[in-house]
Amino acid sequence: MLRTSIARPEKFRMYWNETMRQMNDIGIGSVVIIALISIFIGAVSAVQFAYQLNGQLVPRYYIGYIVRDLCIIELSPTVSCLVLAGKVGSNMAAEIGGMRQKEHIDAMEVMGVNTASFLITPKITAALFVIPLLVAVSAIIGITGGYIASVPTDLLSHTDYTRGLRSFFVPYNVFMMFVKAIVYAFLLTSISCYQGYYVKGGSIELGQASTNAVVYSDIAILLADYIITIVLTQ
Amino acid sequence: MIRTENIKKSFGEHEVLKGISAIFESGKTNLIIGRSGAGKTVLLKTLIGLVVPSSGIVWYDDVNFTELDKKQIRAVRMQVGMLFQGSALFDSMTIEQNIRFPLDMFTNMTRKEKDTQVNICLERVSLTGVNKKYPSEASGGMQKRVGIARAIVLNPKYLFCDEPNSGLDPKTSIVIDELIKSITIEKNITTVINTHDMNSVMEIGDNIVFIHDGMLEWQGNKDQVLDSDNQELQSFIFASPFLQRLRDKSRGIISTHD
Repeated sequence: MLRTSIARPEKFRMYWNETMRQMNDIGIGSVVIIALISIFIGAVSAVQFAYQLNGQLVPRYYIGYIVRDLCIIELSPTVSCLVLAGKVGSNMAAEIGGMRQKEHIDAMEVMGVNTASFLITPKITAALFVIPLLVAVSAIIGITGGYIASVPTDLLSHTDYTRGLRSFFVPYNVFMMFVKAIVYAFLLTSISCYQGYYVKGGSIELGQASTNAVVYSDIAILLADYIITIVLTQ
Repeated sequence: MIRTENIKKSFGEHEVLKGISAIFESGKTNLIIGRSGAGKTVLLKTLIGLVVPSSGIVWYDDVNFTELDKKQIRAVRMQVGMLFQGSALFDSMTIEQNIRFPLDMFTNMTRKEKDTQVNICLERVSLTGVNKKYPSEASGGMQKRVGIARAIVLNPKYLFCDEPNSGLDPKTSIVIDELIKSITIEKNITTVINTHDMNSVMEIGDNIVFIHDGMLEWQGNKDQVLDSDNQELQSFIFASPFLQRLRDKSRGIISTHD
């Protein structure tokens, strides 16, 4: 499927329009849920670490540092993409699967359209651009969430939190975040599109394809998380 | 002209097509008829490459369609239009966008030229003023006509129709049949229709291919179909008790007051 989807577009303009539509669906359509999740990820991390480090010799400003790196390296890319696999992945599988069942894909094939390319390439392309941006936004909101949960509630002072954020910053971690985001974006879109494109049967099978898209994407993301972490931290 | 040579197709153990050799002539409405499950749809989809035959050859004029690679198949399909059983209109697009889709995808026409072509096609299928409607807002008959308009928008050489009358009332069915027939003559295209509508058989069947149990049972035209002595064909055509009575009446077997 992926090999067929990498082909010269019949009409670049049509692919461009479709990619823009997908960018809008994936990006704008997911901002609210990603923001909501991220703010709580950051908030819970800050409160949790404040609790665990209470009475320890570890300086308080470390909370800001931990929340920042936790969001950048792990929670924002992984949790965001797990959520996106549920939201975007199931949507893609259902959309393409529905088109298969209603003979829309056959209709395009008969017209001479390379359906694997037209239906899948714009989705993957859009995801590869938009999901890393969403992950970056998620990291920023997560860090802000940590601030909101800890500073106004006097768990930590503004000075300590910002000092933590500025301490031990390693730009390589941001690179790691983007690598994870790009790999997860590819995995969740390609797996979901595959599940939808090859769906057979009726509505029950379409439901299964949609579920499989989420389950397999999540497993692939977690597996990739482990592999990327090992490879990039050696 | 499209020609099949000993087409066989199996799904697992089940052999659906058992060696069909048939000719579908240019400028004529070619009908594939047969009972449900006889293999009509599989044969039609084999003709356009949506189903790959287990063995046998499909010829498009002098081109061996079954030997083409995907790229070459797409080139042939640029000359093909198809009306699907459920119309297969894209729900998220308006009727106008549906018909314009092949033009957007494969031509370098300006927007104005495309709009003109769309309107010509809509007029051809007697649908005007529905450009901005969505398929869900159109009746079954209208959807079929939009499907036909989309199928002919690129001026194809071959037109395939999968059960164009399914789900339509008899009067609308006649309108669709007449439309397909007139487009076939007007554009001199090879039309292949998969149907079990007896009215279509009798009205537009220039060339009829009767499939029974995956085999070509009979081939002829609408004028020969009633006089055929093929038992399977006769039992298919006169399956309805009403038609049986009508046949018997016309042969004088039963009196008019019966």
